[in-house]
Amino acid sequence: MKTLAELQAIKEKMKNKVVLREGGEAIRVVVGMATCGISAGARPVLNTLVEEVNNSGLASKVTVSQTGCIGLCQYEPIVEIIEAGKEKVTYVKIDAEKAKRIVKEHLDGGKVVTEFTIANQNA
Amino acid sequence: MIRAHVLICGGTGCTSSGSLDIQAAFAENIEKAGLSEEVKVVQTGCFGLCALGPVVIVYPDGTFYSRVTTDDVKEIVEEHLLKGRIVERLVYNDTGDDNAEKANVNVSLNDTAFYKTQNRVVLRNCGVIDPEDIDEYIAMDGYAALGKVLTEMTPEDVIKCVTDSGLRGRGGGGFPTGRKWSLCAPNKAPQKYVVCNADEGDPGAFMDRSVLEGDPHCLIEAMTIAGYAIGATKGFVYVRAEYPIAVKRLQKAIDQAKEYGLLGKNIFDSGFDFDLEIRLGAGAFVCGEETALMTSIEGNRGEPRPRPPYPAVKGLYNSPTVENNVETFANIPQIILRGAEWFASMGTENSKGTKVFALGGNIEHTGLVEIPMGTTLREIIHEIGGGIPNGKKFKAAQTGGPSGGCIPADLIDTPVDYDNLTAIGCMMGSGGLIVMDEDSCMVDMAKFFLEFTVDESCGKCTPCRVGTKRLLELLDKITMGKGTIEDIDRLEELCNYIKQNSLCGLGQTAPNPVLATLKFFRDEYIAHVVDKKCPAGVCKDLVSFVIDQDKCIGCGMCARNCPADAITKTDYIAPGHKLPSYVIDAEKCVKCGVCMGNCKFKAIEKR
Repeated sequence: MKTLAELQAIKEKMKNKVVLREGGEAIRVVVGMATCGISAGARPVLNTLVEEVNNSGLASKVTVSQTGCIGLCQYEPIVEIIEAGKEKVTYVKIDAEKAKRIVKEHLDGGKVVTEFTIANQNA
Repeated sequence: MIRAHVLICGGTGCTSSGSLDIQAAFAENIEKAGLSEEVKVVQTGCFGLCALGPVVIVYPDGTFYSRVTTDDVKEIVEEHLLKGRIVERLVYNDTGDDNAEKANVNVSLNDTAFYKTQNRVVLRNCGVIDPEDIDEYIAMDGYAALGKVLTEMTPEDVIKCVTDSGLRGRGGGGFPTGRKWSLCAPNKAPQKYVVCNADEGDPGAFMDRSVLEGDPHCLIEAMTIAGYAIGATKGFVYVRAEYPIAVKRLQKAIDQAKEYGLLGKNIFDSGFDFDLEIRLGAGAFVCGEETALMTSIEGNRGEPRPRPPYPAVKGLYNSPTVENNVETFANIPQIILRGAEWFASMGTENSKGTKVFALGGNIEHTGLVEIPMGTTLREIIHEIGGGIPNGKKFKAAQTGGPSGGCIPADLIDTPVDYDNLTAIGCMMGSGGLIVMDEDSCMVDMAKFFLEFTVDESCGKCTPCRVGTKRLLELLDKITMGKGTIEDIDRLEELCNYIKQNSLCGLGQTAPNPVLATLKFFRDEYIAHVVDKKCPAGVCKDLVSFVIDQDKCIGCGMCARNCPADAITKTDYIAPGHKLPSYVIDAEKCVKCGVCMGNCKFKAIEKR
């Protein structure tokens, strides 16, 4: 290594990998991963979210983590978006494709994808 | 894509409580659960809460698991990593909010009282990065300070920045680091040296070890910066061989840095060369003294030499040398990156920045803490350290190990910095902080440290070699109940003589534990020589165990467990009891205290 640019390049490349360990993120994305969630297909949803968040360069402000049963098993897979100062958004019956749209439109674009939210489901 | 990191402490504390097995178990269980592509296991440096080890932290949520065993690993993998359910029984919670765990509110490391009040500068990467991966260090701004120094700053700029920051030597003496560098820089010589003192010898201090184990690249970067500032192209790290993990990681880090061209010839194409080597010490306490350390690096027996000439003029191999302690160096990259003003904004008027303390003794959270200078002892012990176990009262804290003194309970609100500690007759030392509760005998404590210095005195100068031995004999006499009131005066006189006449820091500071205890706990010394009593009941020759005949129900538990067969049955049956009571033969009694611990009826007293 002979230049600062090379050092910077390693830093950029690695930053996404360690950013996971720095607290204080602005947005938390939580996926319900209890038995009900997993059997309804939450794992590909979680993996898609992690991948898309990284690919869109949002890793420094968005944390994707998992949680246990949220209690609405018939609506799984459930994804919740928690942002300080805003009301929690609960998305239901999510699959990998819907997850991609959530990252693009909500996390990146700042616009809630209303058609997937729990408020728009006919129970 | 990795979505979670499992950080396992690989510091010496957690390693000795089995963290390597835990790491292996995680790897195995994660593989079994099919999560290898999603979860990464990382071995890191010390988190600081050594008492609660082995410690495991799961990110991104930052869940802090303490006292994990290999049997718990399967549950953490299956519940937390697979299903997202935190294993509550293993979560450490001292936030005072008992409902936090039950409500599945995440108790993260940073919320705990232990971490909340800390300000981690030196330890910022410890427990966060993998110390064996240079890329992770670079991700945390690693080597950016070196890049800045070599491309934008002159050596004078670097020294000015360090001087302005107000950084003082963290090894104990507190000499201003910038001044040390500026004294060495102008000296012309074919070869100059940068030496790192990692010969951490104070009993109870382990912050240098933790930096070496948790963030070795930080030291390499700082020493290279120091080399550039003073015009040295060669550095040595003198580390004790008793720190195998630290030595291994530092060597690995040096190799990685060389591979990346961050050590060696023409670093960052600036024309500056710097090379670094490790020298192992055999663990002699005196080798922590700067001139003895350099003598040892040269391959000779580690003995101090008179100063002047100072190392800045004639140090290692008679060449101009700057020697700093690990913790001092660890501050340097941050000072360069964030500026002298940032550093000077922390701390007190003449003591800037933070200080790492190794908490030990009678305290709930044994471990490492880093706090701004000027934090009171009360905050360190009661808030961060979690207080004294078993509801005992705080009696005193020893700072600076065998070279330091004690701070008594009525000075607990003293803001801890160099000048305040010196003013009350203590010293900062390297940062070992040994907490003592009401059951500790201060004379015995002074004796403990004197035994250490008698063993470790190198023998070169008479005041230290003979003086400390005579001091210890006087203390022995006092703790055996054979002392007189005149002995206390002789003790004090001898202390002052040794202090003034010893060649190096070891002898000059060796009497400090005695002087400080004489100053604050003179009444305890007097109790030992006049009343022939040890108020804390520690000095065996001055205590006796006695059975209260009327409380003894005659169960015989004490007699059965007495290792000296000193307890026998009497003919006396106390009113209301059915069996004859027991009695201790003072002649045979070895004063181990086993009987007292075994008596369920509190019939045995220590007098």
